[in-house]
Amino acid sequence: MTDLPAAKVDLKSILSTPARVDNSEGMSYLQSVPRRMVTLYLPLSIIVFILLFPFYWMGLTAIKPDEQLIDLETYNPFWTWNPTFKHIYKLLFQSHYPLWLWNTMYVAICATALSIFASVLAAYAIVRLRYRGAQWVGGLIFLSYLVPPSILFIPLATVVFQYGLFDSPLSLILTYPTILIPFSTWLLMGYFKTIPFELEECALIDGASRWQILVKIVLPLAIPGLISAFIFCFTLCWNEFIYALTFLQSVQNKTVPVAIVNEFVDGDVYRWGSLMAGALAGSLPLVILYAFFVEHYVSAMTGAVKE
Amino acid sequence: MADIALQPRTAKPQIRDATTWDQIKTNRNWLGFWFMLPAMGFLIFFLAYPLGLGIWISFTDAKIGRPGTFIGVENYEWLWDDSIFWLSVFNTLLYTFIASAIKFAVGLYLALLLNENMPFKAMLRALVLIPFIVPTVLSALAFWWIFDSQFSIISWSLKHMGLITQNINFLGDSTWARICVIFANIWRGVPFVAITLLAGLQTVQPSLYEAATLDGASKWEMFRFITYPLLTPIIAVVMTFSVLFTFTDFQLIWAMTRGGPVNATHLMATLSYQRAIIAGQLGEGAAISSAMIPFLLAAIMVSWFGLQRRKWQQGENND
Repeated sequence: MTDLPAAKVDLKSILSTPARVDNSEGMSYLQSVPRRMVTLYLPLSIIVFILLFPFYWMGLTAIKPDEQLIDLETYNPFWTWNPTFKHIYKLLFQSHYPLWLWNTMYVAICATALSIFASVLAAYAIVRLRYRGAQWVGGLIFLSYLVPPSILFIPLATVVFQYGLFDSPLSLILTYPTILIPFSTWLLMGYFKTIPFELEECALIDGASRWQILVKIVLPLAIPGLISAFIFCFTLCWNEFIYALTFLQSVQNKTVPVAIVNEFVDGDVYRWGSLMAGALAGSLPLVILYAFFVEHYVSAMTGAVKE
Repeated sequence: MADIALQPRTAKPQIRDATTWDQIKTNRNWLGFWFMLPAMGFLIFFLAYPLGLGIWISFTDAKIGRPGTFIGVENYEWLWDDSIFWLSVFNTLLYTFIASAIKFAVGLYLALLLNENMPFKAMLRALVLIPFIVPTVLSALAFWWIFDSQFSIISWSLKHMGLITQNINFLGDSTWARICVIFANIWRGVPFVAITLLAGLQTVQPSLYEAATLDGASKWEMFRFITYPLLTPIIAVVMTFSVLFTFTDFQLIWAMTRGGPVNATHLMATLSYQRAIIAGQLGEGAAISSAMIPFLLAAIMVSWFGLQRRKWQQGENND
């Protein structure tokens, strides 16, 4: 402490520490701009560049003319001056792509609706009815979240075959909830816990049944949680691959991820344009949805982890 | 509404004993049962039952279109002598270990960076998460194109910088292929780790850092003795998920390499798909995927006990 200059240098390095959220004005005024450049903006922009570059590349490839795709010497590959919509046109009007998009949407919405319905009931029962063994059931549901699809797809394929669901969208609608229910139940449990139970006691005294309480009191209050669960489940459905790959066979029934991998990948050297256009068109709906509900999405992701 | 108001008055004119039907309608445990029914139905029929069935199939010689008969541990004996299986175990462990370690390091670093005060903070956070939103297969295709052997943009850039003279055969060479799939996995996993850790970071009280600053703590000491201990519980959960999903990864590999070149990127999941669905040997495939279970249990146990120990150290009760 007696060594003043040394302490001064020390202070500077201390003050550039991260993790000040609310009152960063408090300590950040001592940070110099060049220092922030090197410790913050430079690494951040490198990481963000790497994270976003594949999307730029996807988009650029989707609108590049074929000859520019495979001729890297004449044209600078990082930009194109004469974009074409040929690939996107081919995708939308000369392939089953709209059908696949519809399949994916249909399966995702049905599976999500089913799982939200089941998990609202389950989460409410675990948190508020507190029947005997509710704690254990909650733990089991969390454990079932940790069972990965890549262990289950072989036995599930035989089950799906036995029930006569093979190659039908119903097979996915019924199996996706096994991925979604544990997650959304866990998320909704957290939300329901924050709703004051006095409200429910009042309603009980007024003669409401448990079902009425759930529909008229708890659900309206848990709408943010429901939106989070819905969006996250929808994204998970859209992203699911191994079940769709295993259970679906005919070209018309496939979902976007499976169809792109199986139908668009051929020996053609010019396939890249339509392949990337397909990948882009398959990602866009989710990105748009995400753009509208960023906060809900983040709270779903972190809420499920924090619990 | 009138019905609801009138119903109790007409339905209960006198006090009577609760019938079984009343019990079923109002008893806490029965109600709980009814409420749990849809979720439990799904989880039992399509999760618990298949899980058991999978282990049973691994002890049979089932093939596609033919229910198998019990053959004991023959599938496992067969796998024990199968060098491709052991290669896939090695690949899976390598893939999981390297990808998770780097995801953790980069994710934590990114979270610390994003926690700083800066312009466009909210937008940056939203952008960072995009790789996690986009379906894995579709971004894997983008990587497939980026790592193309002839038209790779990376090879092109490096050539124009004068660093290499030949195109790098990214997905055709076994070492490069491993690096590429691990990189793609990290790319996809970092946003998840970063954003969840960021949520944890935001709960850390700034006053702790101010106090530490007054005590003369260095930047590293602040991280080591304030940030890290407070983040440990959330790190344990996030890393459990991350390890689990990396270990059982399928889609990324399937879209990029399908296990090639010469099985260098075959994970246990992709190998079991290839054996069970493509080659039709359900029993053998089920044995491979059942062989993942002990590893998964070990990962869960490690993080679980890590979490418990931390709770105990912080003096929280284990609820």
